[in-house]
Amino acid sequence: MDMKATKKKLGLKEKYAHMTRGLDWETTYQPKEKVFPQATFEGIKVHDWDKWEDPFRLTMDSYWKYQAEKERKLYAVLDAFAQNNGHLGITDARYLSAIKLFLTGISPLEYVAHRGFAAAGRNFPGVGPRVACLMQSIDEVRHAQTQIHALSNYNKFYEGFHAGASHQIERLWYLSVPKSFFDDAFSAGPFEWMIAIGFSFEYVLTNLLFVPFMSGAAYNGDMATVTFGFSAQSDEARHMTLGLECIKFMLEQDPDNLPIVQKWIDKWAWRGIRVLSLVSTMLDYMLPKRVMSWKEAWEIYFEQNGGALFNDLAKYGIKVPECIAQCTVDKEHQSHQLWLTLCTHSHAMGLHTWLPNAEEMDWLSAKYPNTFDKYYRPRFDQLRELADKGERFYANTLPMLCQVCQIPMLFTEPDDPTKICYRESEFQGEKYHTCSDGCKHIFDDEPEKYIQAWLPVHQVYMGNCWPEGTDPTAEGFNPLAKYLEWCHIDLARDGGDYEGSSDQANFAAWRGAATQNT
Amino acid sequence: MSTVFIAFQINEDTRPIIEAILADNPHAVLDEQPAMVKINAEDTLVIKRESVEELIGRKFDLQELQVNLITISGHLDEDDDTFTLSWKN
Repeated sequence: MDMKATKKKLGLKEKYAHMTRGLDWETTYQPKEKVFPQATFEGIKVHDWDKWEDPFRLTMDSYWKYQAEKERKLYAVLDAFAQNNGHLGITDARYLSAIKLFLTGISPLEYVAHRGFAAAGRNFPGVGPRVACLMQSIDEVRHAQTQIHALSNYNKFYEGFHAGASHQIERLWYLSVPKSFFDDAFSAGPFEWMIAIGFSFEYVLTNLLFVPFMSGAAYNGDMATVTFGFSAQSDEARHMTLGLECIKFMLEQDPDNLPIVQKWIDKWAWRGIRVLSLVSTMLDYMLPKRVMSWKEAWEIYFEQNGGALFNDLAKYGIKVPECIAQCTVDKEHQSHQLWLTLCTHSHAMGLHTWLPNAEEMDWLSAKYPNTFDKYYRPRFDQLRELADKGERFYANTLPMLCQVCQIPMLFTEPDDPTKICYRESEFQGEKYHTCSDGCKHIFDDEPEKYIQAWLPVHQVYMGNCWPEGTDPTAEGFNPLAKYLEWCHIDLARDGGDYEGSSDQANFAAWRGAATQNT
Repeated sequence: MSTVFIAFQINEDTRPIIEAILADNPHAVLDEQPAMVKINAEDTLVIKRESVEELIGRKFDLQELQVNLITISGHLDEDDDTFTLSWKN
């Protein structure tokens, strides 16, 4: 019998070279700059696109193979989840507020990232980044889909999951924070997009979102989220590498690129950190069983990991963004300040909030010895006292929003945690307000862009956020109720305090039914 | 000196990979967290195809790592035999 000779396969480096180079062509009947009109206006100079190399050396054939395997694993778990009452396995239904925030605030961003990377792939004249952007674009739409599929199992049982990824991202005041981040990036050029999303978000910040949070989901018994989270995160390692490669590439191509790249790093580090303040409340307040505090996560994933990165980038002349000094102060405060605001506005939200109980406040004191007892415990105590008297406090006016990050003006001065920080700029005779030196700096650099921001609170007050046919002059007109209706929120079920909510009652009843025969 | 790291889901696929990494990188430190492990190492960390193959008793393609990978830090260099993270650029 003949022995079958094994054909020698191409090595990884050769295969990558064959399958990512020479795939494009020289244009003949249109000049190249008309085919790639966005490649130059940002001022980034590129001399040799072939210097771009994906360190994973991933080619499309391997990409399909491994992605298919990830999908099979994921959907097997989702079937098991649905077949085994996975929705009752979580620690308690308060946990679902974190998941609702994820579905409404993060999943739609995955979809925009899909579009943005498709556009970046189209707009870069180099083949290497185009292949990498194509893969990332497909990854991102996969993330949006798998997140929506995974969480749709909760939608069968709990409130607040019904319109997040469709209607609410465009309408709800707190969701305009993540939305504006991606709108800002997508409306920039392709190179700035890569710094904003590829570098700042994926490399510097995504670990803070996915790693401790998914580990938290595991700790809280949420099999569905852990699975889609880790499945998505397995792609993120590749995205992070793309972001880092991209920044090295720009800096190595031409020394003139340095000041442009530095400006974008400064801007997008701050934009990203502001968006992540939502994640700080997940870690410190929303997970019934906690993995680590926001401050600890920040120290591991930003200070240590980001520090190593900036040490490395120093050889190109990149400096640590100036905003880091403020972040070192903020890490002790931001989750508490934001959660207090959410607690007092959850009558205008699509998820539940609650006041931390005694044991949770002790955990917070231990994790935040410098700030929690001094500044925040007394405020929670006061809110608890009111709630116990049946006067749960909700703020009945809408907060002013920052023109750049769109977070309500709730964060404090860097040197005084008892004083709200306001900054003001003037442009074309109008005043604009920002929440911090970081956001003011971004506004002042491109005021023409940020004066166009769609700020939900302004729009509500202008009367643009009611269902069609609403008559604001009618007797008994309730603007908040009409706004919530327009956001597809049924306040009696979706918002307000967790205490007394239908999620709380249903979870208790069903879990009881799962362990007893009556 | 800066730290590089790599994190994996905990499952039967990654158990031998983690074992191989710890054997090949005596300076690496294992950090176990719910559902995942993070391996930290000063400056550099290498995953060797041969070491993983030895433990699993079959051919292993380093790109299979991607299925269970959670995150990395440091510059990556991957070829057929090694997957290296480092801050020595």
